[in-house]
Amino acid sequence: MSSASPFALLANAAALPWTEVPEWPAAELVRRTAGELDRGARLCAWFGVPEGGATRLAAVIAFDADNTLAVARSTPLAGAYPSLTAAQPQAHLFEREVREQHGLTPAGHPWLKPVRATAGAAPANGEFFRVAGGEIHEVAVGPVHAGIIEPGHFRFQCAGEEVLHLEIALGYQHRGVEPALAGGPHRATFSQVEAVAGDTTVGHATAHAAVREALAGAEPPLRAQWLRAVALELERLANHTGDLGALAGDVAFLPTASACGRIRGDFLNLTALLCGNRFGRHLVRPGGCRHDLEPARRTQLLERLSAALADVEQATAWLWDAASVRTRFEGTGPVTAQQAAEIGLVGPAARACGLVRDVRCDHPAGWHRLAQAPVAVWPSGDVFARARVRWLEIQRSGQLLREQLAAPPDGDLRAGPGPAAPDTLAVALVEGWRGEICHVALTDAAGRYRRYKIVDPSFHNWIGLALALRGQAISDFPLCNKSFNLSYCGFDL
Amino acid sequence: MFVFDTLTHRLRHGCATMAYPDGPAPALPDRHGGALRVDAAKCPDGCHECVAVCPTEAITPAEPRGIRLDLGRCLFCAACVEACPHHAITPTGDHRLAVRRREDLVLGSPGQEEVRLAGALDEKLRRLFGRSLRLRQVSAGGNAADEADLNVLGTIGWDLGRFGIQFVASPRHADGLVITGPVTRNMELALRKTWEALPEPKLVIAVGAEAISGGPFAGRPEVLGGATAVVPVDLYIPGWPPHPLTILDGLLRLLGRLEHDRPPG
Repeated sequence: MSSASPFALLANAAALPWTEVPEWPAAELVRRTAGELDRGARLCAWFGVPEGGATRLAAVIAFDADNTLAVARSTPLAGAYPSLTAAQPQAHLFEREVREQHGLTPAGHPWLKPVRATAGAAPANGEFFRVAGGEIHEVAVGPVHAGIIEPGHFRFQCAGEEVLHLEIALGYQHRGVEPALAGGPHRATFSQVEAVAGDTTVGHATAHAAVREALAGAEPPLRAQWLRAVALELERLANHTGDLGALAGDVAFLPTASACGRIRGDFLNLTALLCGNRFGRHLVRPGGCRHDLEPARRTQLLERLSAALADVEQATAWLWDAASVRTRFEGTGPVTAQQAAEIGLVGPAARACGLVRDVRCDHPAGWHRLAQAPVAVWPSGDVFARARVRWLEIQRSGQLLREQLAAPPDGDLRAGPGPAAPDTLAVALVEGWRGEICHVALTDAAGRYRRYKIVDPSFHNWIGLALALRGQAISDFPLCNKSFNLSYCGFDL
Repeated sequence: MFVFDTLTHRLRHGCATMAYPDGPAPALPDRHGGALRVDAAKCPDGCHECVAVCPTEAITPAEPRGIRLDLGRCLFCAACVEACPHHAITPTGDHRLAVRRREDLVLGSPGQEEVRLAGALDEKLRRLFGRSLRLRQVSAGGNAADEADLNVLGTIGWDLGRFGIQFVASPRHADGLVITGPVTRNMELALRKTWEALPEPKLVIAVGAEAISGGPFAGRPEVLGGATAVVPVDLYIPGWPPHPLTILDGLLRLLGRLEHDRPPG
């Protein structure tokens, strides 16, 4: 229960003065954070804030059942502190990141490797975990892959066809987004945010705008909130449709693969109808939106949306109907609900393990306070479940869009948002199509970004893919990978 | 039964591939704007309204007056179009943007109001690649949008294969490299190795503002600011990301497959 928590509580897309965030020695922060996570909270962000020559640790956690977020920080420290990961595996990457960014060592962390650090002209991958034994062979894949896809390195430990262990090494896409945002907002800030994960432009742009607006103590006009919600669901429809097509392609089921490839484009073109860009670039801005959806355009959007939804329903009906598809999807790449909770999975990957977590319902902000789609859950944790959850979400997003497009709120599209408050912390969560996007901004005395933290859902979920591969045939890796379809650039920042 | 379903569906829908380039090109979304045109003659002395609003510093003041707009850095947000009180920067609605030389993307000097579209490869390379071009794609810090719209060209609506163009898995099988992203330091080695693995003669195509100039990450120490930092580039396709039609136009233009649509001059 959040009410008994010693953390400072706040709602999604809200701000509070930095001085009101409770501070404890690092060991105490670790102990109390572990305690809250034991009681069912989730770790949304764990990061460092430089102060003088030292660093403060900051924790953002979510009490989903209470629709409440909570924050706390440590006193400034240097050197080592007792690792949170030892008790809470979901902190593992956050602590590796803190060590890389600030030099703080989480004592007792079981696998303290680089995350994105550069070594010459490639990431400093460090030593890979190796399984010993004369029968064991190692398979290295990437960074450059066979298709048109982002780079990353996968290292498999195999006994014959069976994968005993998969280690995923990323960092190739590291563009330095967080340091670029510090000291801002700059002129390029918003474009950099839109490029954090280019297939999630609306999700990240909405989170950034919400943080900026919370810092100003302002809310954008209702019509802009409505338009952002519409664009977010269009983004989900396009990506989920593309994923179902790609999953069909990976099991050589071509009717659905070719149909969904085209229908995905139809959804992207709906976003382009709204703002000119197929990925929703330049639509969301702090204070509102740049383009309106006037009645004639809204009617056209609804008509084309209905046609695309009917097409995707037909194309996926073939998929669910085919026994050859089901036998390839069912039981492949399973993750249990307990594993998912321990490693902190988010989004469709978590919901496919039976976990009921969706920011739109658990922490509604913006238009989602007024309109929500039911959370889509499937219990089996395998490729089938991850495909099935996407299909359920396509249906529910489509229904939500039909309802919302029928009754738009009137009013302005853009207002303010006015200057950002100084020395203030703001947090925004958005349920992007991959899951929870978390943006945290801390301002300095002048109201500029002293620290800007971004957590893409992929940051939580890559370890889920590694777990899903345990005991699977290595030939199922492409299928499992596609069923998660995680972002490399969103992780690498 | 999906077998009958899919067959009747196919018969009912017929061929889903667009008529272009034999027929007309599909229309760009009306809010897309397409290529920009710069009439710097309209710029009054000392007016730099557009310079301040550009997120990527793609617009610089020119001497003695006017501006230079670099479409290689442009994110096509149209903030400059909105900011200019003199209508010196206007969207043309034209999807054609690809050029062979980097400087052909810089607009604003007299005679260079619009992009100088790419010409075809020379006769020898056209004979080699004109009817069969195999490409290897490398994302070097790309944000997955440019990559997505390259993938789109393989779908049934665009069917890149009908031009003999195909993306392949091995650089050894490739005639050219398609690069996306601002080229991160962490991808420098992998990009260089991939390029070196391509047999000669080989082409390099930079797709999107990030691969051309670094885009919104230009100047950041974590990136090299585009493909030319590592490899020589033969074709630049601007956009953020470029519309699939813009990419296809660039590829066909390079191969001399748009005979009826030769660039002027």
